[in-house]
Amino acid sequence: MSTPSSGSSPARITSEVVAKVAKLSSLHLSDAELALMTSQLSGMLDHFADIDKLDLSNVEPLAQPFPLKNVFREDVVVAGLDRDEVLAAAPAAEDGRFRVPPSLGLGEQ
Amino acid sequence: MSNASSAPQHSSDLPNGWEMVVGLEVHVELDTKTKLFSASPNHFGDEPNTNIDPVTLGLPGALPVLNKHAVELAIRLGLALNCTVQPSTFHRKNYFYQDMPKAYQISQYDQPINIDGYMMLPGDVRIGIERAHLEEDTGKSTHIGGTSGRIHGSDYSLVDFNRAGVPLVEIVSRPDIRNSDQARQYVAELRSILLAVGASDAKMEEGSMRCDVNVSVRKPGAPFGTRCEIKNVNSIRAVGKAIDYEARRQIDVLESGGTIRQETRHWDDGEGRTHTLRTKEDADDYRYFLEPDLVLLDPDQEWIESIRASLPMLPAARRAQLAALTGANKESESVYVIVERGQDDYVSAVAQAGGDAARALVYVQQAFAEEGATPKVAASDIATLTQMERDAKVTATQAKTILSEMVANGGGDPVAIAAAKGFEALDTSAVEAMVDAAIAQQADAWAKYCAGEEKAMGALVGAIMKASQGKADGKVVTAILQARRAK
Repeated sequence: MSTPSSGSSPARITSEVVAKVAKLSSLHLSDAELALMTSQLSGMLDHFADIDKLDLSNVEPLAQPFPLKNVFREDVVVAGLDRDEVLAAAPAAEDGRFRVPPSLGLGEQ
Repeated sequence: MSNASSAPQHSSDLPNGWEMVVGLEVHVELDTKTKLFSASPNHFGDEPNTNIDPVTLGLPGALPVLNKHAVELAIRLGLALNCTVQPSTFHRKNYFYQDMPKAYQISQYDQPINIDGYMMLPGDVRIGIERAHLEEDTGKSTHIGGTSGRIHGSDYSLVDFNRAGVPLVEIVSRPDIRNSDQARQYVAELRSILLAVGASDAKMEEGSMRCDVNVSVRKPGAPFGTRCEIKNVNSIRAVGKAIDYEARRQIDVLESGGTIRQETRHWDDGEGRTHTLRTKEDADDYRYFLEPDLVLLDPDQEWIESIRASLPMLPAARRAQLAALTGANKESESVYVIVERGQDDYVSAVAQAGGDAARALVYVQQAFAEEGATPKVAASDIATLTQMERDAKVTATQAKTILSEMVANGGGDPVAIAAAKGFEALDTSAVEAMVDAAIAQQADAWAKYCAGEEKAMGALVGAIMKASQGKADGKVVTAILQARRAK
């Protein structure tokens, strides 16, 4: 991952796309970080492109690496965290609730 | 509001041949004891942030474990909506917002638990159900300061995470709804089904059932138009109003040469209009990916079939059964009301006790609104009362009086009540004598009635009822008057 293949193949992801994803994630990247992330992500996509070249027609799609399914818990209440203890660890609280800056957010609800 | 020249068939008929295309996304909170992925209580109305745990708060290292009962309720609902239950996976829906501390919501994406169902509405209208998938609810923000109490212009927000992680099923209809009446019927029927199968308490006023409405308009046969999604539609009445408003808004834009932007709009119930909330983001902005902390959900056939076998009779089947028993139309208001109240078994018990089922339906609808599914009055006493009215031992009016007394006292013998009140049937000759007397006294009304003025009958019937102190049967009196006029 340390030697991105930007010289040998065209970049698979642009810095504009990386900047957009960073914005959606509320990550603030410097120009240098943006360039680094772009080349690293491009390298990962190169790896997937290599997998794409293989004949995988006989391989079952894998939803999970674990050989497990239907892991459940019963619907039984277990005591959780103490509110005062949790709120004491928050940057700000008011009326038993977390106090946060006004924000429009970037997504649903 | 419609400019259409023809008489409207629905409240939602649109002008100039426009047709609306509506799909509904309904979120319902499942009636579990605990959250979807953690063991904190799922309970509405508790003190803020008292039902929290590391999973709810998205603390580092906390791992979700799926609530089996939530899965069972989701399957119950899916089966009741005629869905196919299939192997499913969970995804992370990534977005950054204060009421979602993990910065993602765990939802189902390309492999939801329930797919391809349908619901039937009155008039044999079939509304497809695309999917009914599991996901977790978000926390609740209260915006403080500013002028509106809305997020715009607020100074800060307070967040309560009690609701975060509460299990939801999102039921997505196909865009098969064509008017606001159908939309209201769909939501009402979905609510009845939720209550019948015990999946949710479906209280729209408490937010345990929430509707988002997708509306577009087109000319019939044309491709679908650009749709807008309307949020904050918090009652069945508001569903109808919001859809009618939004369809007409879009038609106005299109007819004045504009285009519809795909956007999310907010329904303001007080103003009776929608406002732009935000333009719609692309679905891939959520960067869905498979939730690595959860495994495949693959309910075996035996489990699914045992859930199917445990389903109660659904509202539609109960309405059909009640209609067959009473001779009423299965789409009549009385049949809907009785099944909604869960009193159809009671009407059936009255019939089994030898009562007249059609009269029992009327009695129960009129007098048992405050009673639950198991009214206090003995079904056999109601059966007796229906027989007394049918056999003309009491009039309809007297039966109603007796019924009121029985309900007020939580029961009673209708024969004894009738005797105590001096209710007795007047024989027909006595009624005929009163009819003669009334015709003589009200000669003017009689002349008008004979001249074809039907309203004039009222004065005659009134006089006869007064003379009989309410003991004459209105139907008998009417029949005698009609017979006299025909002579």
